[in-house]
Amino acid sequence: MSTLEIRDLHVSVETEAGPKEILRGVDLTVNSGQTHAIMGPNGSGKSTLAYSLAGHPKYTVTSGEVLLDGEDVLAMSVDERARAGLFLAMQYPVEVPGVSVSNFLRTAKTAVDGEAPKLRTWVKDVKEAMDKLAIADDFAERDLNTGFSGGEKKRHEILQLELLNPKFAVLDETDSGLDIDALRVVSDGVNRFTAGGDKGVLLITHYTRILRYIKPDFVHVFVAGRVAEEGGSELAEKLEEKGYVDYVGTPA
Amino acid sequence: MTTANIPASTEERASAGTAQQAQHGLTEHSHGAGAPDHGGSAFDTVASFDVADHVVPRGREEEWRFTPMARLRGLHDDAPLDGHDYEVSVDADPRVVVETVEATDPRRGSSGYVPNDRPSARAWAEADKVLAITVPADVVAEKPTVVRLRGLSAEKAAAGHVVITAERFSQSVVVLEHEGSAAFADNIEIVTHDGARLTLVSLQDWADDSVHLSHHHVSVGRDAVVKHAVVSFGGDLVRTSVTLDYAAPGGDAELLGLYFADSGQHLEKRLFVDHNQPNCRSNVLYKGALQGAKAHTVWIGNVLIRPAAEGISTYELNRNLVLTDGARADSVPNLEIETGEIEGAGHASATGRFDDEQLFYLMARGIPADEARRLVVRGFFTELINKIGVPEIAERLTATVERELALGEGLPAATSTTH
Ligand SMILES: Nc1ncnc2c1ncn2[C@@H]1O[C@H](COP(=O)(O)OP(=O)(O)OP(=O)(O)O)[C@@H](O)[C@H]1O
Ligand SMILES: [Mg+2]
Repeated sequence: MSTLEIRDLHVSVETEAGPKEILRGVDLTVNSGQTHAIMGPNGSGKSTLAYSLAGHPKYTVTSGEVLLDGEDVLAMSVDERARAGLFLAMQYPVEVPGVSVSNFLRTAKTAVDGEAPKLRTWVKDVKEAMDKLAIADDFAERDLNTGFSGGEKKRHEILQLELLNPKFAVLDETDSGLDIDALRVVSDGVNRFTAGGDKGVLLITHYTRILRYIKPDFVHVFVAGRVAEEGGSELAEKLEEKGYVDYVGTPA
Repeated sequence: MTTANIPASTEERASAGTAQQAQHGLTEHSHGAGAPDHGGSAFDTVASFDVADHVVPRGREEEWRFTPMARLRGLHDDAPLDGHDYEVSVDADPRVVVETVEATDPRRGSSGYVPNDRPSARAWAEADKVLAITVPADVVAEKPTVVRLRGLSAEKAAAGHVVITAERFSQSVVVLEHEGSAAFADNIEIVTHDGARLTLVSLQDWADDSVHLSHHHVSVGRDAVVKHAVVSFGGDLVRTSVTLDYAAPGGDAELLGLYFADSGQHLEKRLFVDHNQPNCRSNVLYKGALQGAKAHTVWIGNVLIRPAAEGISTYELNRNLVLTDGARADSVPNLEIETGEIEGAGHASATGRFDDEQLFYLMARGIPADEARRLVVRGFFTELINKIGVPEIAERLTATVERELALGEGLPAATSTTH
């Protein structure tokens, strides 16, 4: 069993007016086998949490800890975190012209596994994973994320999730911008990833729609840079009805 | 001012030129002709075979203002160009004729080129032999014709002259490789006849102490298709000036450039495309990467569309990737349009540092920083190497780009685009 522990995490960003604190003491523990939904209004700091876990240089951790099976994640470089088993499906995947999807996938797989995948099975695995996500074959030869539609980018993030097979996945608004068919395809991908019962998922979302397809074990309401309320999936139903007014209206 | 002149010095800049009317004429003129109406034009040059017509440049002149004159080893001044410390080897397609001929050979000058600066005029005057490469009419060459010049010493400066003639309906690839140590000034004439298809690649992979001032003139024949590529990696100072014009309508020219400057290197790429005929096309793409303290690249892309050049289309693009602090990329596209009857004309220049978001994305998938940089820079050049389209050298170019990158490993990444 693996554990991802976030303890009293404070994170700020540099602004013209000096550092601005975005995360103001986040506590969250995800065990393998669990899916945690993080729901919150725009600007509450959800992406900041996701990027901070992945180590984006824009965000400065001012205090707190992140531990993966007791190891200090914050001391690791971005690539080390990925190799330690953390994966971030990004809200806005980055376009990298000149780097083909197939070259990128093989390079990433080699990096996380520490050895090159067996060519024959790898080609087959990629093809199967692409088929399941309804990604056309010619994507393999296209430039990474370059000119992909919003939905294509999101499906491509889940393709990487399935192929790189991390211990913990942070999915940052993977549902946004997807039509209902694509939402189903993407949710099926996430459910395949967790099917073995040994993966942890932090599912960041603004809407409850995706929770019809991916059942969370826990729901955390995220407001103004910290967890404002926690509960089971019934909390999502409450948010579905009432939205975030209760939280946004009250002082933190 | 009718010239769209957009200096883009180590800053993110992009521009798209649009058709503009100009009232003044051509800007080549012979020495002393004055031509005050061209004042400030980017295309003012002195064209003459007589060395004495070209005053010794001091570095303040428009065409020399980016060049570190002190490192020219006198090529621009009076240093004798009689050195012969180099070896030439040839690996030619069996049907392509490669010969060394006297300076009096009539092929010399057949491109119509007239030296437009002092080092070029000096090289013209002092080159005692001419390497003539001729692709006979209708010949479709099966393999590239490769001429390799290996400099043995940069002590004595040398002059060179090459004339490449692609006769009617021939198809061929010619590669000129430069390596080793040399102080070298040369003129390369590239003449394509009706319907010829020629790809010329000039590769400068010099040793660190070399200085190379090279002039290429391309004459594009009726309906000829010319691909011209300059690839510069090595050398202390390499300055290539490519001029191109059309002998008849219907010509198609693609001008490509790839350069990678390391610490202390000065790589300067100058272009002048003279649209002097109707219904022709030109497309310019130069891409450069820079790393290390005092790495300096210069790209000057001049395009002139004369009144006669109706129905032409032209586009030029320069992109530079600044990998570390302390490197400087200058990029100046100039487009001067003297007729409104054109299909299209545009230019763009963009110089930026390495994209942190791209690096983050790749690293977030477990790829170490050095490898991620390699992927991105390789990707940056892949498009260009594919456009050059010579499989025999594509792998070598990719490998050289990676060798260059390996030299830069450990240098801190660029933190800002302005210096
Ligand atoms: N460079 C910056 N300067 C100032 N404020 C910033 C900067 N970067 C982020 N922020 C602020 O941090 C807050 C949190 O942003 P974040 O992207 O984490 O929110 P989010 O919950 O993911 O929102 P969304 O639902 O829109 O994706 C926002 O108020 C945002 O404006
Ligand atoms: Mg967000």
